[in-house]
Amino acid sequence: MVLGELICSKRLPFYQDCIPDAIATLLAAGKNVALTSLALVTLKRERKLTAELVEMGVEVEINDLTALPYLPKGSRFSVGPLVNVYNEGTLAWLASRGAHRVCLPPEMPLKSVETLATAGAKIGVTIEVWGHGRLPLAISGRCYHARLHDRTKDNCQFACEHDPDGLDVRTVDDQPFMAMNGVQTLSDTHACVAHQIDAITKAGVSALRLSPQSKGFVILCELYRQLLDGKLDGAQTVDAICRIDCDTRLSDGFLMGARGADWSRARATT
Amino acid sequence: MVMEIVCPAGTPAALRAAVKAGAHTIYCGFADETNARNFPGLNFDRNEMREGVSFAHAHGAKVLVAINTFPRAGDEAIWHRAVADAEACGADAVILADPGLLDHTAQTHLGLRRHLSVQAAAANADVINFYAETFGVKRVVLPRVLSVPEIAAINAETDVETEVFVFGGLCVMAEGRCSLSSYATGLSPNMNGVCSPASHVEYSDDHGVLNAQLGGYTIHRVGKNDPAPYPTLCKGCFGAGGKTGHLFEDPVSLNAEHLIPQLQKAGVTALKIEGRQRSRSYVAQVVRNFRAAVDALEAGKPLPEGMLARLSEGQAMTTGAYKKTWR
Repeated sequence: MVLGELICSKRLPFYQDCIPDAIATLLAAGKNVALTSLALVTLKRERKLTAELVEMGVEVEINDLTALPYLPKGSRFSVGPLVNVYNEGTLAWLASRGAHRVCLPPEMPLKSVETLATAGAKIGVTIEVWGHGRLPLAISGRCYHARLHDRTKDNCQFACEHDPDGLDVRTVDDQPFMAMNGVQTLSDTHACVAHQIDAITKAGVSALRLSPQSKGFVILCELYRQLLDGKLDGAQTVDAICRIDCDTRLSDGFLMGARGADWSRARATT
Repeated sequence: MVMEIVCPAGTPAALRAAVKAGAHTIYCGFADETNARNFPGLNFDRNEMREGVSFAHAHGAKVLVAINTFPRAGDEAIWHRAVADAEACGADAVILADPGLLDHTAQTHLGLRRHLSVQAAAANADVINFYAETFGVKRVVLPRVLSVPEIAAINAETDVETEVFVFGGLCVMAEGRCSLSSYATGLSPNMNGVCSPASHVEYSDDHGVLNAQLGGYTIHRVGKNDPAPYPTLCKGCFGAGGKTGHLFEDPVSLNAEHLIPQLQKAGVTALKIEGRQRSRSYVAQVVRNFRAAVDALEAGKPLPEGMLARLSEGQAMTTGAYKKTWR
């Protein structure tokens, strides 16, 4: 479980007091817990927040290299999907500094994933890929939710608070395309690797990142558990995922297709 | 000290034009996926790079070689060779973004000066100093998410030189952290050195209305006689929350010429012009104007007025994140 604020430091005060209890509950249940760093650190208070992450007593998942110099020498850490780990050189460099687990950038094709999983196995780094959920496509200094409401980021009045899954962005043809999440831009489709699970496993990937969604996330986690335990196959898993929300559009194109938005099982696309 | 004008060159002819027009420094790349402007017909082969560096040096200008995409797993040798060849060609520095490539360069090309690309999105003094201590980075190209006071604050906390974009195309997203293009087309800035590639653009005429699509998604739709900007993904017209418009950014380009005095006060070393895909006449014109501006500033004279507006292809101009209200 990765907790904490990845996207916008202005969101953190709403729930930061809950984090210690959440960590304690998860640890008591025998889960591995990490605390994420912010993806884009510019302000002084954001630097301070990033520096203080280690004080929480759990592993840090860096999602920007800014977090790296704050980690005590020799500490083990994990690397999130927003750090650009595209090749063996970067993987080895991070491992030499204490990285033991890396979630690769979602846009990487399977061939590159396999190369890095092989390299990771040799140096003791677990390789994870984006398993399910809207894809994190971009991060910006500008808040799009605030812009939509004719506000600036510094006076956003929390314009994003009613869109926990992001706000749908459509083309002028009304074609679903993206979703805005404050300073972040997400995909419209939910990435779903269920169909590719055999290929991913064969490539040496040993963990899937499931990104939370407000509807049916517990069921979703159970479905992936059953998939990994061999109780469901890929097709059954996808069918069950589509039943959680029949409007959800799926994709696995970054791994397997010509472009990120593609879906290897065309029936479920728009 | 006069602020350094860092000018793009997509071809040897553009390099020579920029040098003659007064650029202090030229940046360019090899004709392959190792640089972030990997467009057909652009960039330099090894001989052209060697000759370009010689020409620039003979005229007192420097050449920086951008090797700022993220090396593909299994193919790092292509990027390693680009660094070695840049050094062999006499480049004054390489512009890098990938930590693995920075590490390789710091260990095997000790004498080669290293700049940190905007693609690394190093947006605060702590991480900039970390790049300096770890990889010996001497200059950072700042991401386009910072206001002028924030740039001044960074310069107060680091000895690393800062270079900022002042003119040309404007990324709205933090560079090196964006895969919008590969989501829609399969080709991305990080992996392929391209964004919203022309190969995936389609125009169609629908009863006098011009549709511009990228990867099958309509990016904008304009009347036949209206200006039709290139369908760059983040500057498209979309709908959300009951509103339709340019939700991410208007079809604008960056022009920070009026901010040059503030940027100098903020401690900025170099002013960067975007546009390796631009013609040599465009490049020469922009260089002349910016050179005149920094020379005027150095001489304590007022800046020449509004010379660059007509070069922006009829597009609106913005000062981007340099003004805090842009956010």
